[in-house]
Amino acid sequence: MQINRLSQGGRIDRSKPLGFRFNGKRYQGFAGDTLASALLANGVLLVSRSFKLHRPRGIVAAGSDEPNAIVQVGSGASTIPNLRATEVELYDGLKARSTKGWPGLRFDIAALNDRFSPLLGAGFYYKTFMRPKAFWKHYERFIRASAGFGAAPQRTDPDRYEHCNAHCDVLVAGAGPAGLMAALVAARSGARVIVADEQNEFGGALLSASATIDGQPAPDWVATVVAELSGYEDVTVLPRSTVFGYHDHNFLTLAERCTDHIGERVQGVRQRLWRVRAKQVVLAQGAFERPLVFCNNDRPGVMTASAVSTYIRRYAVCPGKRAVVFTNNDSAYETALDLRASGATVIVIDSRSGGAGALGAAVRKEGITVLAAHVVTDVTGRRKVAGVRVAQWSGDVTARVENTIRIDCDLLAVSGGWSPAVHLHSHSGGKNVWEESLHCFVPGETAQACVSAGSGNGKWALDACLRDGRDAGAAVASRCGFEAAEVPLPSASDTAVNEMQPLWRVPAVKDPDRCPKQFVDYQNDTSVADIRLAVREGYRNVEHVKRYTALGFGTDQGKLGNINGMAILAECLDEDIKDVGTTTFRPAYTPVTFGVGAGENVGELLDPVRKTAIHEWHEQHGAPFEVVGQWHRPWYFPRGDEDLHAAVARECLATRNSVGIMDASTLGKIDAQGPDVVEFLERIYTHNVGKMKVGRCAYGIMLGEDGMVMDDGVMARLAENRFYLTTTTGGAAPVLAWLETWLQTEWPELEVYLTSLTETYSTIAVAGPNSRRVLQNAGCSIDLERESFPFMSVRSANLAGIPVQLFRVSFSGELAFEVNIDSRYAEQMWRLLMQAGQEFDITPYGTETMHVLRAEKGFVIVGQDTDGSVTPVDLGMNWMLSKDKDYLGKRSLARKDCLREDRKQLVGLLSEDGKTVLPEGTQLVDDTGAPIPVPMCGHVTSSYFSACLGHPIALALVAGGRARRDETTFAAMQDGTRVPVRIVSSVFYDAKGERQNV
Amino acid sequence: MLLIKCPWCGERAETEFSYGGEAGITRPRDPDALSDAEWADYLFNRTNPRGAHEELWNHAHGCRRWFGAERDTVSYVIARTYKLGS
Amino acid sequence: MKYSALNLVRNALTGNRNWTPAWRSPEPAREYDVVIVGGGGHGLATAYYLAKEHGIRRVAVLEKGWIGGGNTGRNTTIVRSNYLWTEASLLYEKSMQLWEGLSQDLNYNVMFSQRGVYNLGHTLQDMRDIERRVSANRLNGIDAEVVTAAQLKTAIPYLDTSPDARYPILGASLQRRAGVARHDAVAWGFARAADSLGVDIIEQCEVTAIRTEQGGVSAVETTRGTIRAGKVGVVVAGNASVLASMAGLRLPVESHPLQAFVSEPLKPVLDTVVMSNAVHGYVSQSDKGELVIGAGIDAYLGYGQRGSFPTIEHTMEAIITLFPIFSRVRMLRLWGGIVDVCPDACPIISKTPVAGLYFNCGWGTGGFKATPGSGWTFAHTIAQDRPHELNAPFDLERFTTGALIDEHGAAAVAH
Repeated sequence: MQINRLSQGGRIDRSKPLGFRFNGKRYQGFAGDTLASALLANGVLLVSRSFKLHRPRGIVAAGSDEPNAIVQVGSGASTIPNLRATEVELYDGLKARSTKGWPGLRFDIAALNDRFSPLLGAGFYYKTFMRPKAFWKHYERFIRASAGFGAAPQRTDPDRYEHCNAHCDVLVAGAGPAGLMAALVAARSGARVIVADEQNEFGGALLSASATIDGQPAPDWVATVVAELSGYEDVTVLPRSTVFGYHDHNFLTLAERCTDHIGERVQGVRQRLWRVRAKQVVLAQGAFERPLVFCNNDRPGVMTASAVSTYIRRYAVCPGKRAVVFTNNDSAYETALDLRASGATVIVIDSRSGGAGALGAAVRKEGITVLAAHVVTDVTGRRKVAGVRVAQWSGDVTARVENTIRIDCDLLAVSGGWSPAVHLHSHSGGKNVWEESLHCFVPGETAQACVSAGSGNGKWALDACLRDGRDAGAAVASRCGFEAAEVPLPSASDTAVNEMQPLWRVPAVKDPDRCPKQFVDYQNDTSVADIRLAVREGYRNVEHVKRYTALGFGTDQGKLGNINGMAILAECLDEDIKDVGTTTFRPAYTPVTFGVGAGENVGELLDPVRKTAIHEWHEQHGAPFEVVGQWHRPWYFPRGDEDLHAAVARECLATRNSVGIMDASTLGKIDAQGPDVVEFLERIYTHNVGKMKVGRCAYGIMLGEDGMVMDDGVMARLAENRFYLTTTTGGAAPVLAWLETWLQTEWPELEVYLTSLTETYSTIAVAGPNSRRVLQNAGCSIDLERESFPFMSVRSANLAGIPVQLFRVSFSGELAFEVNIDSRYAEQMWRLLMQAGQEFDITPYGTETMHVLRAEKGFVIVGQDTDGSVTPVDLGMNWMLSKDKDYLGKRSLARKDCLREDRKQLVGLLSEDGKTVLPEGTQLVDDTGAPIPVPMCGHVTSSYFSACLGHPIALALVAGGRARRDETTFAAMQDGTRVPVRIVSSVFYDAKGERQNV
Repeated sequence: MLLIKCPWCGERAETEFSYGGEAGITRPRDPDALSDAEWADYLFNRTNPRGAHEELWNHAHGCRRWFGAERDTVSYVIARTYKLGS
Repeated sequence: MKYSALNLVRNALTGNRNWTPAWRSPEPAREYDVVIVGGGGHGLATAYYLAKEHGIRRVAVLEKGWIGGGNTGRNTTIVRSNYLWTEASLLYEKSMQLWEGLSQDLNYNVMFSQRGVYNLGHTLQDMRDIERRVSANRLNGIDAEVVTAAQLKTAIPYLDTSPDARYPILGASLQRRAGVARHDAVAWGFARAADSLGVDIIEQCEVTAIRTEQGGVSAVETTRGTIRAGKVGVVVAGNASVLASMAGLRLPVESHPLQAFVSEPLKPVLDTVVMSNAVHGYVSQSDKGELVIGAGIDAYLGYGQRGSFPTIEHTMEAIITLFPIFSRVRMLRLWGGIVDVCPDACPIISKTPVAGLYFNCGWGTGGFKATPGSGWTFAHTIAQDRPHELNAPFDLERFTTGALIDEHGAAAVAH
């Protein structure tokens, strides 16, 4: 039964009833309702329990400032935790439940906390739970279990999210009277405008206002303006879109909710992140009404006056029959009239001795009693308001008061004045300043290209908001270079108001530390006594108070309670509010899902996957892939039910004994040319580049300026002034960037051109004693014999009729060729070579076999055998270091630490048992009996079983290792055992290098 | 997200750029003539000012050119960007 | 007043009106034996250990804003000691040992929760690095273990351990003694304990100049007047270079924005701390129920205590990729701090060329976990005018000799 539903009025559609469930019980509302309005319509007042004390709580507000009605909506994978019922649009079949209260909302065991609330004051947990020491984890488990609101889904989100970028002249945040006027002026001036509002409908406070604009009801004026705005091609109208962050350089982020109002598991994008770069911004997000702070002011049935008006006028729900309106300003008198018009009895308690202005007379005309110079000091009733206690008050905040009247009621509408929503202004870097005449913080000087307007700028009256919005629109339009359109100001009813009376804490009959709780921040149960306690304990800075009492730490981020809290803090400190200041607002203005922040870029789209041109063939042949940066590289090619080790052993032997083939396309490739290319490369690489002859290759390493090995690869001199550089797979992009950086910033006088060829060319390595014959079988245009095509040289050739760049280099130590080929022909070439190698049982191999083969030869892998702290000297590559020239990093090698004899040096290791394959990463120790901390002398960088040698091999970095040849050290295994290993040369196979040179 | 004016391409979002640190650090002409401390100063020490900062940016996802910028490290306002050597 | 359950009850019965200030707010004296610049966790810890371990009680901590308002109150509260290099891991392990008795030592519950930290490995190279680090940790007496993907699936049920993930999880390192602590409480607890030993904590007092006489430090100029001291310890995190320039020093640090964010409070869903360098994200759940998530640093210099939003987007991508169920969870609040980063991702706790002037900086993204150990070693360095063996490797001299301690592998994204 919608017992509180009014028979007429409101913006709901009574012809569309919607069924929904709350805490398992069935209710009915109408299209146009929020979950909150529908619950109130059904007379549901108790909706939640507070965070700490588990006090019963009801709906307080009607928008994003709601602190209490935190609900879990939906179920399964599409459930949503922690929504505010005031922001949930009702749809048919909606399921929601409270997020607090066990075993149930009405009977909640933890409500006992309230009985012990003196023990649970601000920061109590810092003072206890310390002994016994080991018990904290048990206390913590209990604390964690009782904390939190909603629950995360337990399954993967089925919905989609997307990002979109937008640019505009003017972004208007908020589509109330000021925002709409600003947008209208900017649009008529010809500006590109985006206007966004968090609600489902534009209009803001006008949707629930009694005022008229240009003689028509305010919502009708809104409809006219929205229709005009929607008609402009260059105006984007975004309802259900919250501007949640105002970042540097006029970059703003908006979260648009596309489907949540329709239901769960709706087709299409659920939410969209708008990343907007605006030339100018109008901030028109309105203002929040402050509650008043008195004893038991959190009882269900205590609501802000504006929320009551919103429920009556917008949703046709009157939340009570016997209402008390308690205010310190005129705006709540409108609520009294709204209540009266809805058939409720009303009494107005006004803290001011003079009462209201023009509205005061209107209220009296309706026969409503006004008690001026009175305050509500306390509320009776527990799960809902039963009545209020009222006292006379002189206006002295330090006075003790005596209750003189008790009024029975079921609804208490309160208004403590208004606070502009200055959040986005604060995000943008602007300061907020205390405006004494308005008793609120207003936006101060702007830090970016924006202007605040309307009630968000401290303009309370409707005509003032409209004017402020118009002026803002004209200002930003002309700043964008448009001639601001002349837009006549709509006429709005204006009523004379009396000044509000600052009333931050209502005096109670007892002192503030002993009276029933006077709540400042509902959600976190922060009370006046908590703030006083914090100050007493020396937490005097507003940020300390916030952190010690949790004031403003709720999911509404203090929208409702912060200003009252700061004013009460000022009172405790005996300072002015302006000196106490406010805490800094941080995005998000209202919470946004991680999903919308991430957009499409999750799961497999987190990072692009790069595949070589031959990838499909590898897939078809059953290769598992190794992830190397963004690349997927074939790891090994199992035959039958071979595991990694069996496959690798076979691939290694095949390559050493006959011929193997591997896809090395991921290696970085850079074309470097220009008249100064030799000079340039001399400065980059450690060896003498100039001595290389055309047609020859060389192994090159480059160092960081700190002298540490940065990357390595083979380079080829293709012509006098042209080189072909290769890098490691991971180094491709960074090395190119590194080279460009030096060229552009340090040596602009050098004329050198660098082009990445990494994806243009693919590389197929054919390795093994039969590799030459495979190429010959495939039909090679050049003589491949040693005399005409020696080791470490490069030739252009036609292979199987396809032009290739042929390198005679080897990363396996065998006779080998690397075929560089236009990637479009790479797969075809691979197939041709497989065919040509058939008679030699040519064996494809992956990264693992490549690693074993190179380790057998003692070739390092930068990034595996080095870690950014290894010099070329450590690797035993002194022969690579030219003494005739300077190169990057050379000077660093002469530093004291780099000259130490006991630096970690590359060596080989053999397990003395001839069996143990050392886990890579294992640390080495010399003294097996050493106490902790055990000195470590090195670690294993690469380790494999060498099928070819018949025993395990390892590479390691060992302190002073080169001088320790044939000594024994010990590998510290995870199980605590120590495996003796012998330090040997890092070259295990074909030490003289004869096999590659045939 | 910063809005950065590439001197060649115009204003673009920060995500198109990579940052290159303090500008104006010149590689010593004769590193061997430097003491270890002087070399360390070139290698590692930075002005790291709170306020105006001359720095390098690269239009990595655009023209790939390096350029200079004067940016305030507190307000993040970019006073100017310029081609190197100009 | 001692903090205990008994006193909590006593005070509750008297309306909580008899609690005394956790620390005094004295006017600065004209002279101290030691002035500590910076009232963050590290500075307050330094003052506490100067008084407690070295008997130096004429100590002032000068804070330009409010104590704990810098990175102490802005981090993601992770505490661990599983660093790679012996020098670093012994320093962080000292800190870990102090953490383990900190609440009792300070008589202030810092809520140190040893819920374990997992560092995920996504590639074969990640796993080699994990093996290497775990092996080194164990030899250094630091608890560490390598866990498999299957074990992870049981321990952290909502972690996506499927082998076809974009960056499949191959395993992880686990330090069980690691965990999280309540960051504000660390500042307040050290402040209260230091204050009770006679240390003056002076807020709203900004140092504007460092005075020297005959090559030694003699005083600091502040917004609240000149304060003389023969020893000045500077520990101001992101602002280290600014203070160094007052003494004519240049430092090998750069200050960057580092951002973090929290979700709305949720029912318990994650009982441990999960970090991933490869997908760039880390997450834990606070006792209040918020997911606490750290982003990577922004590339540019920044003292603005804010970074760029794409950095946050990337972090959300990473978190959802690791935990697909968090996609519908909402970010409540994001913020930024200023981290001063050293070239080797290790701190500086060092004497300087100016006698009596000491610097403690360069903690980058990993300072919170080191708070007690940093204070303990810095206090020793100041009191004895020479480093303790634990912080000797972390002197400024290492940048000249080249003896860097490269912890990029262990520190990669941030912590």
